[in-house]
Amino acid sequence: MTRPCTGSRWRLAALLPLLVMVISACASDTPQNALKPEGPFARDADRLWDLTFGIAVVVFFVVELALVYALVKFRHRPGRKAAQFHGNTRLEVALTAVPALILAGIAVPTVRTQFDLAADPQGALQVEVVGHRFWWEMSYPEQGFKTANEMHIPTGRPVRVTLVGAAADPVDATRPEVIHSFWVPRLAGAQDVVPGHENGLLLQADEPGVYLGQCKEFCGLSHANMRLRVIAHTPAGFQRWVREQSRPPEESSLAAEGARLFQEGQFPNGPACSACHAVDPSSPGIGPNLAHFASRSTFAGAMFDNNEANLRAWLAGPPDVKPGATMPDLGLTQEQIDALVAYLQSLE
Amino acid sequence: MATAALTRDGLFRRPRATTGWWSWVTTVDHKKIGIMYCATAFVFFILAGLQALAIRAQLAQPNGDILDADTYNQFFTMHGVSMIFLVVMPLGVGLMNYIVPLQIGARDVAFPRLNAFSYWVFLFGGLFLYSSFLLGGAPDGGWFGYAPLNRQLPGHGMTYYSIGLQILGAASLAGAVNFIVTILNMRAPGMTFMRMPIFTWMTLTTAFLLLFAMPVIAVALFQLMFDRVFGAVFFDSTAGGDPILWQHLFWVFGHPEVYIMILPAMGIVSDVLPAFARKPIFGYAAIVFAGIAIGFMGWGVWAHHMFAVGMGPVANSAFALSTMFIAVPTGIKIFNWLGTLWGGDIRFKTPLLFAVGFVSMFIIGGLSGVTHSIVPHDTQQTDTYYVVAHFHYVLFGGAIFGIFAGFYYWWPKVFGHLLSDRLGKVHFWLMFVGFNLAFGPMHIVGLEGMPRRIYTYPEGMGWDLWNLIETIGAYTIAVSVLVFIANVVVSARRRQDAGADPWDGRTLEWSTPSPPPEYNFAEIPLVRGRDDFWRRKYVERPDEVPARVFAGGAEGADGHGHHDHAIHMPSPSYFPVLAAAGIPLMGYGAIYDGLRGLVAVGALILVFGLFGWVLEPSAEE
Repeated sequence: MTRPCTGSRWRLAALLPLLVMVISACASDTPQNALKPEGPFARDADRLWDLTFGIAVVVFFVVELALVYALVKFRHRPGRKAAQFHGNTRLEVALTAVPALILAGIAVPTVRTQFDLAADPQGALQVEVVGHRFWWEMSYPEQGFKTANEMHIPTGRPVRVTLVGAAADPVDATRPEVIHSFWVPRLAGAQDVVPGHENGLLLQADEPGVYLGQCKEFCGLSHANMRLRVIAHTPAGFQRWVREQSRPPEESSLAAEGARLFQEGQFPNGPACSACHAVDPSSPGIGPNLAHFASRSTFAGAMFDNNEANLRAWLAGPPDVKPGATMPDLGLTQEQIDALVAYLQSLE
Repeated sequence: MATAALTRDGLFRRPRATTGWWSWVTTVDHKKIGIMYCATAFVFFILAGLQALAIRAQLAQPNGDILDADTYNQFFTMHGVSMIFLVVMPLGVGLMNYIVPLQIGARDVAFPRLNAFSYWVFLFGGLFLYSSFLLGGAPDGGWFGYAPLNRQLPGHGMTYYSIGLQILGAASLAGAVNFIVTILNMRAPGMTFMRMPIFTWMTLTTAFLLLFAMPVIAVALFQLMFDRVFGAVFFDSTAGGDPILWQHLFWVFGHPEVYIMILPAMGIVSDVLPAFARKPIFGYAAIVFAGIAIGFMGWGVWAHHMFAVGMGPVANSAFALSTMFIAVPTGIKIFNWLGTLWGGDIRFKTPLLFAVGFVSMFIIGGLSGVTHSIVPHDTQQTDTYYVVAHFHYVLFGGAIFGIFAGFYYWWPKVFGHLLSDRLGKVHFWLMFVGFNLAFGPMHIVGLEGMPRRIYTYPEGMGWDLWNLIETIGAYTIAVSVLVFIANVVVSARRRQDAGADPWDGRTLEWSTPSPPPEYNFAEIPLVRGRDDFWRRKYVERPDEVPARVFAGGAEGADGHGHHDHAIHMPSPSYFPVLAAAGIPLMGYGAIYDGLRGLVAVGALILVFGLFGWVLEPSAEE
């Protein structure tokens, strides 16, 4: 079985459900499509799927056609007498053995692929991911900086994602963090981020581009809004991005008032932004690290496009636009929002 | 407690009503209890179906705003909890209750009052769970209620979940013991194991699964209750607990639970197909042992729900293999159903349509189940709509279709009149088309990356069209259910007399009048072979062409007056319902700080009920 978009003609002609899937997969843009792998690790899984799905389609047609044939051929007609047989041992043994053999045929590559994907390849880029409600903290330990929700990677190089289960919620240390699941379907299958455990995942992209993903384990009110994206660059482009991320942000004079509010403002419902968010790329924080925030395409768990209108709506009341968001409505005035938006947009 | 008060009449005057609603409250008759199980479960089916319709309305298009995130989470949780614990399981139990004693030639179950107790605990447990909607919010952590989120969700929703499911588990356990004892001990003379109807066999298998599965989830729920009510930390990694513990406990119960739901439906289909193909079941022994094999192997596959958890390639491979090979006994059943139809004289009545619908849809669910076992790709499928599609093909296309086959098949036995075949066929085709529209596209959106349990999704993901089709399908199913309800009403008015044996049935339940008298059989039948009733009607000649021996066949059909006085039947009792009523009170007491006293009140009622029950003779002399 080949991948749906490139299936050979006779199969498409013969297999209607497959055709439906092919049309659906090819006709519309499906950025999160697990059947369109864009890297070697996702492709390993996809090959297994193609094999199994192909066998399943054949079995489906053989059995369903036999069922329809029996229903038509042996339907009640005047004078028909039902044949009174109780079984057929030889046939029953054969029909038990054949599925068992088919399944054994699937089992071998399944086990092999499993162990292949568990190996640790040489020269992989290391990225650490922590799942929070409802956003992703991403650290590049070798490069020494943090970012959020958008993982940048070089093409053609395996990326070893370490999924660190935060034991406790940074906002409230008595509250354990819940389980999330990190999933970028076109680059790799999902792995859970489990509190108190550490999981690993390999992903790799062939071509530069943006690959969408999202949290796949139910984690509460805004589970649906806990999205992420992997942005693949050429190796040179990735080096450039690393250099930009590594330097401290330049403060814009235009946004000086915003910077002051960010660092030391006092708002009706909360402290300054800096109580939770760092703008130095290497510093930890309770909320997403906002260094180079303006260089990100999205924010708030990759839920919103990063633009002025969305930023204003967000600052005016985060829980209103994202149910269950940890960041409170700080009670900002319009002037304070103006200044903060200008500041955030200056964090190139 | 004064023993003087507990004379033969018990503490109260023994209930004597045989008609009217009071006779239903105090009944210990397995037939009335079966009807109450099915009627109650059908009401929950409507409620959980309405939640599904709201969910589908919300997801019909991207950025839906019909439900907010909180309501959506309550609805998808309660939809799952209800459909599993309050619909599919009790519908199966209801049919078992009514049919199994009739199929084995018994006059009632082994413990009639325990049977009534099971029903009342189930009803009160269901009402307890649903009362959470009115008392501040229903469970909202998913039917799987993963730790540590289950402890942290605000409100009392997940406390209702932990206690409500314990209550329902008690009902299931009592029922399981009852069915095991009944089937092992109360078979008519000559009803050897290998002569039992398949539905009875699957009931026995299911009862054993319940007996072993329910204690496991009880442990997990008990821990969760301690977490939530008393601040324990069983699943809290900051305190040395482990959230994965919950997952293992939950799925060690959760996967056998799937077979608890599907095996009764498989039993129904295995009885319906031979009746309408007018042939014995193909490969009786194989189909029985396949069912038992599924029952055993079902305990060794639970971790396939956890392939993305990080168990490592060795454990994952082991569970991948066990998951693949549980498809073998399942395949045997499919082939044997095909063999049963093969060479038959197939009558296309509504029960057959639903049974064939079961087989054809279950094939799809079974095949997609095999695709879950290829672990590297399961990490793509898991927690997406592909899984939602899979288990609806198993539990709706499978269990619900099988249960409707049972409804249409046994309705004339239970109520004495047939359901309209014409409306039944409209019901079937609407449900079949609606079902495939609703759940077929979920395979596709799931593989296209749509996760489960999301209350909203953005546009531009390529999911819009499929979601709209799914919503249209869901509402088509709703229409088909309305057709069924209309059929029930219309058929009850028309009362097309069914007689004892409308389908020319094969098993003992068709040998008694419809509806059966309270004592089921005027004389306990002597069983001489498999499909005994068919053998009594037809003698197998050497050329194996059945020849009619005598017409009618139903014994005691001439009226049931003259046997009554000689048959010793258990008497109705107040105590099962009384004892059961104490249990939800204890639940409320555990949830609300201000109502702790209710724990004592409920416990007193329970103990009082049990004392009355134990000291009361099972039957008046």
